[in-house]
Amino acid sequence: MKSLEELRAIREKMNGNIGFRSESSDDTRIVVGMATCGIASGARPVLKTLSDEVQKRGLKHVKVCQTGCIGLCQYEPIVEIYEPGKEKVTYVKVNPEKAIDILEQHIVRGQAIDKYMLHVNENM
Amino acid sequence: MLPEISLNILDIAENSARAKATYIEIIIDISSREHLMHVGIKDNGCGMTPEELQAVTDPFFTSRTTRKVGLGIPFLKQSAECTGGTFSIESKKGVGTNVSVTYHTDHIDCMPLGDITETMVTLITSHDEIDFWFAYKVDGEGFQLDTREIKEILGDIPLSEPEVRMFIQEFIAERVEEADKKIDR
Repeated sequence: MKSLEELRAIREKMNGNIGFRSESSDDTRIVVGMATCGIASGARPVLKTLSDEVQKRGLKHVKVCQTGCIGLCQYEPIVEIYEPGKEKVTYVKVNPEKAIDILEQHIVRGQAIDKYMLHVNENM
Repeated sequence: MLPEISLNILDIAENSARAKATYIEIIIDISSREHLMHVGIKDNGCGMTPEELQAVTDPFFTSRTTRKVGLGIPFLKQSAECTGGTFSIESKKGVGTNVSVTYHTDHIDCMPLGDITETMVTLITSHDEIDFWFAYKVDGEGFQLDTREIKEILGDIPLSEPEVRMFIQEFIAERVEEADKKIDR
């Protein structure tokens, strides 16, 4: 079984490359809504998938974080992408499969996925 | 409704985080012989006034401004009471809130506990500023985890660091699995 002592080894290893984890304004932030509405619609596996994938791909300047209710409960799970110098992109009704697509296409290749986005009808 | 008890726990603990808690205790105590499960979530957040406390089980009350309903506590209450279990909540302004529920796990309407490991990992790694004390017991045996011990070892390395997150995930999952062996016996 894992013991807390193993954390010491992790710390030793990380102290070597301390630079990469300093938060900077150049980071991309992936924000998942985690209020009752989000959790009820499946935000927990979405958050887990995003965190796992960011780790697997070693994306050092991408931070996955969470927020409360965004006020669009019917569209949960909602994932917002904040990239420096760009407008916020809101993805709605996200599931783990879509989360992987968002990571691959939007975060890694820089192509936002229109069909998963929330669109506001300006004429309404 | 939230389909797993562990999702209800996540939801209630997120309330604690939003109430600016710096310390949250979560305990799960299962008695396999009596078919009972007790879940406790206790925080040192901002707490509630007697009026707010009175209103909190009403689905049409919420402290939020982004929407008009608050379903977290009503969901939790219903999930326990529909198994013949109990729900209680105590709170004091400026002191904190203590939520306690009991489930009859042999009742047909009792939801599964679900992925409690993922609930704890989500809470611990997304709220670096909060200390968590988590205990999981089956028939009196199990384990506990105090994130203050982890933070003491890690120093200034955040718990959200992928490697740390992976460690915490495995640490909890192994021990929950070990404790659950008693239920299967």
